[in-house]
Amino acid sequence: MREEKLVCVMCPVGCRLTVRISYNHGSGNGEAVVEGYRCNRGIAYAQQEILDPQRILPTSVLVEDGEMELVSVKTNKPVPRRMIFEIMEIVKKTKVKAPVRTGDVIIPNILNTGADVIATRSVNKKV
Amino acid sequence: MREIPVDVLIIGAGAAGMGAALGAAREGVQKVIIIEREDRTGGILNQCIHNGFGLHYFREELTGPEYAERIKSLLKDYENVEFKGDQFVKAIDYKNRTVIVVSREGIVLYRPKTLVVTTGARERPMGGILLPGTRPAGIFTAGVAQRWINLENRKPGNRALVIGSGDIGLIMARRLTLEGIKVEAVVEKMPYPGGLERNIRQCLKDYDIPLYLSHTVVEVRGKDRVEEVVIAELDNNFRPIAGTEKVFKVDTLVLSVGLIPQTNLFKDFLRTDPWTKGIVCTSSGRTSMNWIFAAGNCTVIYDLVDWVTEEGEKAGKYAAFYVKNGQEAAKFPLEKGQNVGILFPNYYEEGTNLNIYLRVKKPMDRGIIRIKQRNNLLYNKVHASLMPSEMVNVKIPEPKIGVGDITVEVVEA
Ligand code: SF4
Repeated sequence: MREEKLVCVMCPVGCRLTVRISYNHGSGNGEAVVEGYRCNRGIAYAQQEILDPQRILPTSVLVEDGEMELVSVKTNKPVPRRMIFEIMEIVKKTKVKAPVRTGDVIIPNILNTGADVIATRSVNKKV
Repeated sequence: MREIPVDVLIIGAGAAGMGAALGAAREGVQKVIIIEREDRTGGILNQCIHNGFGLHYFREELTGPEYAERIKSLLKDYENVEFKGDQFVKAIDYKNRTVIVVSREGIVLYRPKTLVVTTGARERPMGGILLPGTRPAGIFTAGVAQRWINLENRKPGNRALVIGSGDIGLIMARRLTLEGIKVEAVVEKMPYPGGLERNIRQCLKDYDIPLYLSHTVVEVRGKDRVEEVVIAELDNNFRPIAGTEKVFKVDTLVLSVGLIPQTNLFKDFLRTDPWTKGIVCTSSGRTSMNWIFAAGNCTVIYDLVDWVTEEGEKAGKYAAFYVKNGQEAAKFPLEKGQNVGILFPNYYEEGTNLNIYLRVKKPMDRGIIRIKQRNNLLYNKVHASLMPSEMVNVKIPEPKIGVGDITVEVVEA
């Protein structure tokens, strides 16, 4: 058993949560008992955060013929943290052709997470 | 030399400068010009590709480049705003109120009615932490490492140690890790982390990067390239404790030891705060010269870009007011009371709302922030978990404020 302290980020109140975890960290299994919440969203947040945290992944992708070598990207939804390195492998092998516009989908539904990798800046063609 | 008269001239097109342009443009002055050293707007936001920006200002979580693009698009509707990139400010003649700017078009002399300074910050240089040992290649400031990785597609090294646990250091530790650079540890000289709780979790804990609090670098080894970095624990007087040394085999040292307001062009004629090194301002963003305004990290180092933009907007607005009516209101100093480390602005200017930013001197579980004007209590509230690393913003509306000096203190509760 392990204990972790968290600050709930679901609303500005910022309850300080204590979570007692019985087993298995990071795989989606296990049990987490939450204390210190003022509403149920706090429980849901803490359980998710401890058992299978989700993160937006910001990084960048190579651009061909662009005024810049890289276009910054992000997943448009949080993805499971445990998949981040697997996602990075794919992102690193990806190349796009300029021009790219902010919001363009670079990789749809990456690894079936339901999240698209989208451009977070525009890169014009090299002149 | 070509001469250009302008109502509001803004120096720097980062988050503060763009905000200032918006604030001035809305007031309907005839001409607002933003000049910028880079070829594009956005400033440092362009290389901050991580998310976490905009929750206050746009009510949505954005990455740095997206935030920059959003503000730029807000400015599109205003025909009285002009952006000029690749500009270099050569000199400011404050007596004649002229600014000399060099660019590819040649030399231009601007005659602004008001000036808004939004030059941001620079990184504390390496000498700033008095790094002992040799000076091999492989030592980077966090901003340079960030630029290499996020804009120039260059890899700074293979194994790194990050010095400084402020948000920039934490975010760089994650960024290096994602790019396949092994981060051995983050080292912090204070007994508490310098960055936000959320970044400790999402940048260090997520990637099992150890954080050494109360530690510092005592030696950098390596001839041409960094080979080893030695750290040691610090005692209560910040002196290394013999026998606590740890050696890390790294080829890269990333320094994130803080930001300093960028005031070089102005420090001969604008007052700066001896403690923050930022440009002294009133609550309208006015500096010690009535026709010059300032906002953003050149005045005080902020935690949130949203606040920088908001302060920029305000400075732009009051600069425009000054163009229109040339008036200046009475001002009263803000004084630091107990437990207040950083306090901004330096003065309250009558007729404005008072937007206070402060940092406590030491961590406190609970503290009462108390703001008084003579015997009049303007604000008195309990705040939980106050940290020097987390700036607090307190807003006091104009009708509550009278005349006289204002003191801000934090009482441990
Ligand atoms: S537990 Fe509920 S009230 Fe507390 S911070 Fe989370 S969402 Fe807000």
